[in-house]
Order: sequence, then structure tokens, then C-alpha cells
Amino acid sequence: MNGLTFDIAHMLAGGLVLVSMMMLYQDRLYALLNVFALHSLVLTLSVTWQAFVQDAPHLYMTAAIALVFKAIIIPVALHRMIRQLGIHREIETVVGIGPTMLAGIGLIALAMAVMLRVTTEADPLAREDLAFALSVLLLGLLTMVTRRNAVSQVVGFMSLENGLVLAATGAKGMPLVVEISVAFSILIAFIVIGVFLFRIRERFDTVDVRALDDFKGRRRK
Amino acid sequence: MVVISALLTQAFQMALVVLLAPLLSGFIRKLKARLLRRQGASLIQPYRDLLRLLRKDVVLAENASWLFRVAPYLIFAVTWVAAAIIPTFATGLIFSWTADLIAIIALLGSARFFLALAGMDVGTSFGGLGSSREMMIATLAEPSMLLVIFTLALVAGSTQLSTIAAFMTSPEVGLRVSLGIALIALIMVAIAENARIPVDNPATHLELTMVHEAMVLEYSGRHLAMIELAASLKLLLYISLIACIFVPWKLAALAAGPAAYAVGMFAYLAKLAVGGALLALFETATAKMRIFRVPEFLGAALMLGLLATLLLFVSRSL
Repeated sequence: MNGLTFDIAHMLAGGLVLVSMMMLYQDRLYALLNVFALHSLVLTLSVTWQAFVQDAPHLYMTAAIALVFKAIIIPVALHRMIRQLGIHREIETVVGIGPTMLAGIGLIALAMAVMLRVTTEADPLAREDLAFALSVLLLGLLTMVTRRNAVSQVVGFMSLENGLVLAATGAKGMPLVVEISVAFSILIAFIVIGVFLFRIRERFDTVDVRALDDFKGRRRK
Repeated sequence: MVVISALLTQAFQMALVVLLAPLLSGFIRKLKARLLRRQGASLIQPYRDLLRLLRKDVVLAENASWLFRVAPYLIFAVTWVAAAIIPTFATGLIFSWTADLIAIIALLGSARFFLALAGMDVGTSFGGLGSSREMMIATLAEPSMLLVIFTLALVAGSTQLSTIAAFMTSPEVGLRVSLGIALIALIMVAIAENARIPVDNPATHLELTMVHEAMVLEYSGRHLAMIELAASLKLLLYISLIACIFVPWKLAALAAGPAAYAVGMFAYLAKLAVGGALLALFETATAKMRIFRVPEFLGAALMLGLLATLLLFVSRSL
């Protein structure tokens, strides 16, 4: 394995983890969306580099999908959605930023501990890619858990999906059909979630998910 | 003969940092003013300020103890020693073998300790307020700094700055995400430590926001000159530290001769100018944050330090 090849892949995948951490740090919606766009951009770069290294042209396609849909269309759509819902000034986290970030560090450590032990035979590039991908995935889950606002939960879900794509590109030989279907299912999920957001908003006058609990008659503290 | 030339080089380095520090502050102020479309004071204004302060009488509060009078000299001396250890234009200076990065942190920590004590000494409310805020910042900034140093030490196998700089120029470093994260964390710590804009405003006297200025409010005359010089020296120290660790190119090797030293000098000046310009740009682009958000900001630096150490496990040694 050429040193520089590994280094660049390492930088890009590590950068993705870093941007995931930045996502945990943001507590304003617009800032969160901008960081998500950055997240997708880093993913695009990472996938492009993998395509170049593995000499797999179909990965360029994946990179293009990530760039067009996740770095441009979805953030812009969410921007508009937030403006229409009138929640662009919302600041919302369940617990403070400090504990959240500590939990994030713990999850990254967990991902490293698990992945490095499980994949001892794989080649280094795939190994570190998988470890980083699992961290991104767990951080996306954490973002979803620690947010009250449905829009930022959507963003957490999208970043989780970015982690999936990173894992898929790290493992050699993922067919294009699978990737496209994953990308489209995400897009459909996004549209469905968007519709639901507006429905929730109509019904409860807010997109704070605690309102749903009240409706069910069970109160979260 | 070798010892004498080594001592001379070290003396030159010590003189250099003290002479350059006000110029750097002046440069940053001038650039900030220009970025705000103001004319700004001249580059050598900080020197003039220092000279004027040195000529003035000292006004002391009646209940000021000996500590209040000693503290400025102590702070200046300690900061100067710390700045003398950092390789600015050449590695392997004679001081750098006696103290490493952890010693630099300890030196700066004791300077801060004396500053906070002096702030409380006269017993005005501003001083106490500034000291307590400074200590709040310090409790988070120092562990973050130490974590960054641990990361560097794990990568380079040493806490000795000359060794780290030599390692960083060798080809086996490569691109490492840990080092990138450590750089971000170090910059955040440097901003907080030097009382620069998102954390503290160096040019304000508004009681809601000031930290460093509140502690030195009671000082005047030559005491204030010492403290001002120490503050600009600290800024220079942090910029040279970042330059020495992360962009150690063109540093002259041990006893490399005048030509290499000249190249190192020129590179050092260029690095300082770039660092100062970036700082000025950053400061004009951001707003000061609330004091209660500072723990979050520094907590993020701490987390980044931790993350950098963690990510070392997936680097090339895999």
C-alpha cells in the first residue's frame, strides 16, 4: 500500500468523523444544515478518492449522487422547509453539548475497539474505513437521539446514511445497483419525512417531538 | 568556542522574541483596522506605548502588597523563558534541551497563577471578577493543551520541541487526521489563552466581557508595560509554537552556520506574518461569544484533543 494513498483516504474518512462531531456541537438549525452539507461534501471527496484508488468507475457515480442530492438538493430543500415552518430560530438539544460530545467520543472509541478487532485480516485501508464508517453511523444515531426537533433528527438520519455509503465504498465490489437503490430509498424516505413534518406541524403547531408524547397521553420529563 | 556560539545564538533568540512581540501586536492591530476600513495606528505604536508607560510614574493602591509589585516582573520573566525555549528560527538551541513542551505549559501556568493573584490583591471587584473568569478558562484550556501535547508526543515519540520539529519534517509523518485535529484544538486553546476575540476582547473595557483587562486594570506605569509586553510575548509564543510544530520548514539545524540561520529567520518572519494575518482575519469575521459559552468552546477543544489521541489507533501503524 502506497503511503500517500492511504494518508489521503485516512484524512478524508477522518475528516468525515470530525464533521460528524461538529454536527453534534451545533445547536442552531441553519448551522446544522450547513455542517450537513459539508459532511456530504467530504463524503463526496472521500468516495471520489476511493474510486480513483480502487480504479472503480462506478464509484464516481456514487460520488456524483452524493454531491448532487446530499450536498446540494437536500440541504437547500431543508433550508426552505425550515423557513416555511418558521422554526429557523429554534435552538434545541435534549442534554447539554458537553455530555453529548463526551458520549460521541465514547461511541467513536467503541467503534474503533470493535472494528479493529473484528477485521484483523482485511487490508488497512478497508479496516480504517470501516472503523470510521461505524463511528459516523453511531454519531448519526446519537444526533438523532439528542435532538428534539424533527428536522434535526432528519439531518441525523442523513448523516447516518453517509456513514453507510462510506462503509460501502471501503468494501470493494459493491454493485452500482445497490448504491443507486440505497440512494433512492433515502430520497424517498426524505420526501416522506418532509410530508410528515408538515403534517405534524399542522396538527401540533410545532415540530418538537415531545408534543407527540403528550398526544399519546404519556409524558416524558 | 562551541558553547559560546550556542549561548550567543540563544541570546539572539531571546532578544528576537522580545523585540518582535510588540511588532506582531502592532501588525495585527493595523491589519484589523485596515480590514474594518480604518486607518489604524502605525506598526510601531506598541513600542511607543511601552516606552511611554516605562517613563510614567507608578500609581499604587494603598493596600497593595509586595506581591502586586513583584507579579509583573515575574509574569514577564516566566513568559520570556517559555518563549526562549521554543525553536523559532533554529532547532537545537541550548535552552531547548533543558525544558520540553510540558515545562512550557507549566511556565505559562505559573504566569497565569501570579496574574490571577495580582488581580485579586488590591481587592477591587473588577480584579476578582477577572481572576475568577481567567481561572475558569484555565481549568479547561490547560487539559486541552496537555491532550494535544500527548497526541504529538505519541506521534513523534518525544515532548522535546526540537525533536518534534525534526520529526515533522521527516517523510514518515504523512498526512494524519490526528495531527489535523490536534492543530484545530491547539488553535482554539491559543485563542482562549491569549484573550483573543471569540473568548475575550483585548481592546475592550466593558465590564460584561473583559477577562484579561479586568485583572490588569489596577496596574500603571512600568508594571503595566511589563504586563503588556508579557501579553504580546505570549501571543508570539503561541504563534511560534504552532509554526514550529505544524509548519517546521526551513528551520535551521543545530549549528548550521549563518546562511542557514538567515534563511530560518526569513521563514520565521514569514510564518509570523501569515499567522498574525490569519488571526486578524478570523477576529474581524467573528463576534465575541458570551462568557458562559466559553466552557462549551473549550470543551470542544478538549474533546478534539481526546479524539486526536483516539484516532491515532487507526493511522498508518495499522
